[in-house]
Amino acid sequence: MLKTFKIGGVHPEDNKLTRAVRTEIAELPKQAVFPLSQHIGAPAVPCVQKGDVVKVGTVIAKAGGFVSADIHSSVSGKVAKIDTVVDASGYRKPAIFIDVEGDEWEESIDRSDSIVRECSLAPQEIIERIKNSGVVGMGGACFPTHVKMMPPKDCKLDCLIVNGVECEPFLTADHRLMLEHPDEVLIGVSIIMKALSLEKAYIGIEENKMDAVELLRGKAGDYPGVEIVPLKMKYPQGGEKQLIDAVVGRQVPAPPAIPANVGALVQNVGTVFAIYEAVQKNKPLIERIVTVTGKSVKKPANLVVRMGTPISQLIDYVGGMPEDTGKLISGGPMMGRPLMNADVPVVKGTSGVLMLPREDAVRAEERPCIRCGKCVSACPMGLEPYLLATLGEQADWERAEKEDIMICIECGCCQSTCPSRRPLLDWVRLTKTTVGGIIRSRNAKK
Amino acid sequence: MSDSILTAVIVLGIAGLVIGVVLFLIAKKFAVKTDPRIAQIEELLPGANCGGCGFPGCSAFADACVKQGGLKGMNCSASKPEVMEKIAAIMGGEVEAVAPKVAVVRCNGSCENRPRVNEYGGVKRCSIANMVCGGETGCFYGCLGCGDCVSACRFGAISMNPETGLPEVDQDKCTACGACVGACPRHIIELRNKNKKDRRVYVSCVNKDKGPVAKKACAVACIGCGKCVKACQFEAITLENNLAYIDFEKCRLCKKCVEECPQHTIMAVNFPAPKPVTASAEQTESESKNA
Repeated sequence: MLKTFKIGGVHPEDNKLTRAVRTEIAELPKQAVFPLSQHIGAPAVPCVQKGDVVKVGTVIAKAGGFVSADIHSSVSGKVAKIDTVVDASGYRKPAIFIDVEGDEWEESIDRSDSIVRECSLAPQEIIERIKNSGVVGMGGACFPTHVKMMPPKDCKLDCLIVNGVECEPFLTADHRLMLEHPDEVLIGVSIIMKALSLEKAYIGIEENKMDAVELLRGKAGDYPGVEIVPLKMKYPQGGEKQLIDAVVGRQVPAPPAIPANVGALVQNVGTVFAIYEAVQKNKPLIERIVTVTGKSVKKPANLVVRMGTPISQLIDYVGGMPEDTGKLISGGPMMGRPLMNADVPVVKGTSGVLMLPREDAVRAEERPCIRCGKCVSACPMGLEPYLLATLGEQADWERAEKEDIMICIECGCCQSTCPSRRPLLDWVRLTKTTVGGIIRSRNAKK
Repeated sequence: MSDSILTAVIVLGIAGLVIGVVLFLIAKKFAVKTDPRIAQIEELLPGANCGGCGFPGCSAFADACVKQGGLKGMNCSASKPEVMEKIAAIMGGEVEAVAPKVAVVRCNGSCENRPRVNEYGGVKRCSIANMVCGGETGCFYGCLGCGDCVSACRFGAISMNPETGLPEVDQDKCTACGACVGACPRHIIELRNKNKKDRRVYVSCVNKDKGPVAKKACAVACIGCGKCVKACQFEAITLENNLAYIDFEKCRLCKKCVEECPQHTIMAVNFPAPKPVTASAEQTESESKNA
């Protein structure tokens, strides 16, 4: 009997069109664009000026606070300007533009294909390297990894849980990473275990990726304390709290509690790979795997893309945007964000580019709630989405706070399961944002 | 038979009398003393509970007014000046002169001026559209057109113009309570002085993008050229983040800036005929230029 999380969840069609497509290396862009806020926390502060010459791996923006991350150039060339660009949020944000010339790398980066197994660095040095490489959570939230690896003093971590779940339909970036770089992932796991002196690590993988489970299981014998845990398919298993529940059966209490409060540290496999590259190869986070897919796309692909490459270039690579495209999404269909145009650059959190056909993209007309309770049973956080949405509509923020709106993870299970096609997530998001603002201003007053 | 009816009448009569006397005594003993002026003032107030005065509702305003012992620093923008005078008479004080204000929509990004580049399929609420994406046009500062301000107005003063897709304020109905100002997620609506004969001059744009970007998104966007700042003799105009702003306290309504503005962003409304530069005329002018 495979493990999974206990409450809620839905089973969307997995549509992993690219599961057997090897990763290919995308061409260098002509101009790379680096938005300054690619992570949760303070935006990075540019440390280059117009006209500066940079190499691949040069720091172009420094962390702008404790919770923030450095940004490195992924290309070599000249800084064209520091201006604004429309990013995946749909708004114009400051960014650094670099005109690409050649492909010259910083000498300190190890570009060879050899796998470096030994790590002689002290724990503090490991975290320092992760910090200097600008590594952030690659699962989508983009929380700076070095901050996550310095848990509060009163929390005792006892296990690492690696997220190889990839429960979003369509996306296969993590799946391909595990198949093509299993050794690197496992070395990355042992590095994190060493840095935090953890005895135990679990790699959670859903049952639709049994090839990755077998492969990693075969190799995990060489790494003491690492266990591969196959999981039942269920969305949103990749959510931090759901994964902890599924793998070790612990429940994270409501915020401000974090996973560290129950002794668990969760890292995405993409992040683990980035940690390996940062620590063993001295290579900052300058590229990532992006799944470019869609039902009518000519040849969907998994591409290794340099940060800052415009998404339009990836779409050209897979045979152009299909004519029936109704919506272009950055990320997967459940948690992804619709894009205003295809000039948005790839950033640290871009896990996929999805082109949805018109018939799938257009929302069905909203009908009245029939009190079926499907949203309640689908909610993985045990909330009552229909109620939260109504409270949002009525602007009853106090009651919404009492109904625990703040623990919502915005997974969208409620909306996808609603037979009346009610825009529950829209309202819940609005309510959560507003209540969050009220709580912040109240705390600031204290 | 008649006995039992008589007994019932006597028993109930006595019981009623006793209870009545007890209740009368209790009411006397524990009477809550309220200032009669509170009720009087509340009677005069519009009773819309709009919150424009900064108090939760009209009774809270009346309460605070009596507690304070006067109208100092307090004003009900929804009431006519005579009402405030009556309240002042009750309280035995004077009314502070407050310049009447009106809500002004600072966006002229109509369907023609600001082409649509995107489609928003979510809930038709500005607050949600603003959170999910940048809106349907290339301007991330302008009106989203879903009408949060219309539903926020308790006086029926704002309506959507279906032709322009923008909200319009009925200046006679607007009480300057500020509900729409708070409802607009993009802070487009501002309360500005009504001025004599309702004449107003204001920058009808809140776009903070650089000139070329703003111009590409909207034909009547402020491009931050600063011509109006130079033209103004009263130092009423400031330029910040590529956006001009006219301070309505300093503005003398000379309209020099209106003539200078290359983008026709600055609006002059309710000025007399010889040079009719009202909102609608402004638009037709820019249209004919575009054509």
